[in-house]
Amino acid sequence: MGKTIIEKILSRASGRDARGGDFVVAAVDFALGGVDSSTPLTAQVFREIGADRLFDPARVAFVIDHAVPSPSEAISAMQRVTRDFAREMGAILIDEGEGICHQVLLERGYIRPGMLVPGADSHSCTYGGVNAFGTGIGSTDMAAVLATGKMWCRVPESIRLVLHGSLRPGTTAKDLILHLIGDLTADGANYQAVEFAGDGAAALTIGERCTIANMAVEMGAKAGLFEADARTEAWLRERTDAPSGPVAPDPDARYALVREYDVSAVSPRVARPGRVDDVVPIEAVAGTRVTRAFIGTCTNARLEDLRDAARVLKGRRVHPDVRLLLIPASRQVLVDAMAEGVIQTFIEAGAALATPGCGPCNGMSGGVPEDGDVVIASMNRNFKGRMGNPRAEIYLASPITVAAAAVAGKIVDPREVIG
Amino acid sequence: MGVEGIVHRFGDDVSTDHITSGRHRFLAKDLVALAAHCLEDVDPEFARRARPGDFIVAGRNFGCGSSREYAPRVIQALGVQAIIARSFARIFFRNAINIGLPAVEAATDGIVAGDRLVLDLEAGLIRNLTQGTTVACKPYPPVMLAILRDGGLVAHLRKHGTYRLG
Repeated sequence: MGKTIIEKILSRASGRDARGGDFVVAAVDFALGGVDSSTPLTAQVFREIGADRLFDPARVAFVIDHAVPSPSEAISAMQRVTRDFAREMGAILIDEGEGICHQVLLERGYIRPGMLVPGADSHSCTYGGVNAFGTGIGSTDMAAVLATGKMWCRVPESIRLVLHGSLRPGTTAKDLILHLIGDLTADGANYQAVEFAGDGAAALTIGERCTIANMAVEMGAKAGLFEADARTEAWLRERTDAPSGPVAPDPDARYALVREYDVSAVSPRVARPGRVDDVVPIEAVAGTRVTRAFIGTCTNARLEDLRDAARVLKGRRVHPDVRLLLIPASRQVLVDAMAEGVIQTFIEAGAALATPGCGPCNGMSGGVPEDGDVVIASMNRNFKGRMGNPRAEIYLASPITVAAAAVAGKIVDPREVIG
Repeated sequence: MGVEGIVHRFGDDVSTDHITSGRHRFLAKDLVALAAHCLEDVDPEFARRARPGDFIVAGRNFGCGSSREYAPRVIQALGVQAIIARSFARIFFRNAINIGLPAVEAATDGIVAGDRLVLDLEAGLIRNLTQGTTVACKPYPPVMLAILRDGGLVAHLRKHGTYRLG
């Protein structure tokens, strides 16, 4: 019997024949050891374990991104602990303004196909976009990883989603993953891994694959994995010469579920406030007034996302009743978008620009909505209170749809705007 | 054999944002202060009402969302003895067990707010004293049971030096 991608990665990392349902202790290849909101607790537990050094400082990164620039003395203190711990341990420190952890680790080539990468953030599954098994863990699990270089895990069974065809104009990878989450529900892949396959997966850019893998956790998945291909290899070689070990599933691998989707049939989608899996076609919410729009986060703030939105904003103005906030995923994205004039387009349209980082997505820093605000955002979560105010509503959509709503002052079909 | 506790009832898909919102994270150094806001966006009175030994009983997918370990930690800080749910999101589930807070999967549909329960982890049974019923817990895999018995992952690693899978 053949193996899925994750069974192969965990077999290599554990040195045994790992099958869905088995429990293994696996050697990690790289760790996102902490972010500013988690590192103080992780450092405390690390010392409680009795550890005094990292398993390999060169393969551990700490990132200050969850609340930048710091909104308060208390958060500044947490960032100081993060910075000091990273330096004391000799680990990689990615400081304020460099960008969102997942984006920066990918840009710098730390994450490569076939790797096992636990991360101190639930969206570590983003690394599946480049065929790496990234998965989010808490501070105690991470402290143990940092001390031992190993983690225990139950080998997940896999769901295989076979994608056919390509995205239609005005429709993006975000619309596709929202559609898949709506179909599979918020816990439809709990304790499982998701593999994205088929010609529809191969047709996606690395950025699009990362958008989709990023939201695998919103259906409960431990990982969301694409196969590596020539496009992955080309992407990687622009960033690093380090070796990688791409992993493909065997043709006779066993899956808990296989579903096929026609990508070209997916239209713009929106998740309604409160639940990521309350996904509807754009027509169902068209006309809904919005007061705040946000393009950012680890899901949708890469260069191509900003370009998408800028095409909508070019020559237009943000509606007077709407505040549009742009937060590029990283300093590199910001630099590239400046060079292309994309940032100019945003600013001329009336957008506000903030420091690369997580922004208001986690409710810890600037951009918190007012009572009664209706937000449309390129984020990945819309839970009550997610952005820091439980009396605001959050719609999730693609950057194109967010930009179109920002201009119209209401949710509109972006295909009508871009023509 | 466990001690008797009162049920606080929650529904499906309670996220870690509900359990401890990011807007209170600046309180993280003071777990008691952070815990005063626990689940406030779902039930504003919960943190005030919760007494040591009480239970949280919920539906499906409890603890979905972020990996923030403050979520189980604030629940533990309130003295809640266990969370019983139809199912848990996997990161929260691990985090709870790692800090020695029992997260128990069981058929919770018949359990209502105010019920008095006794959880017997070793026997894998939940006795509902109010209703006179008994519900079976879904058994833990050996590694999780070992971590829980040791009082959490820190104690487990200090005791064994590594993870004990079985």
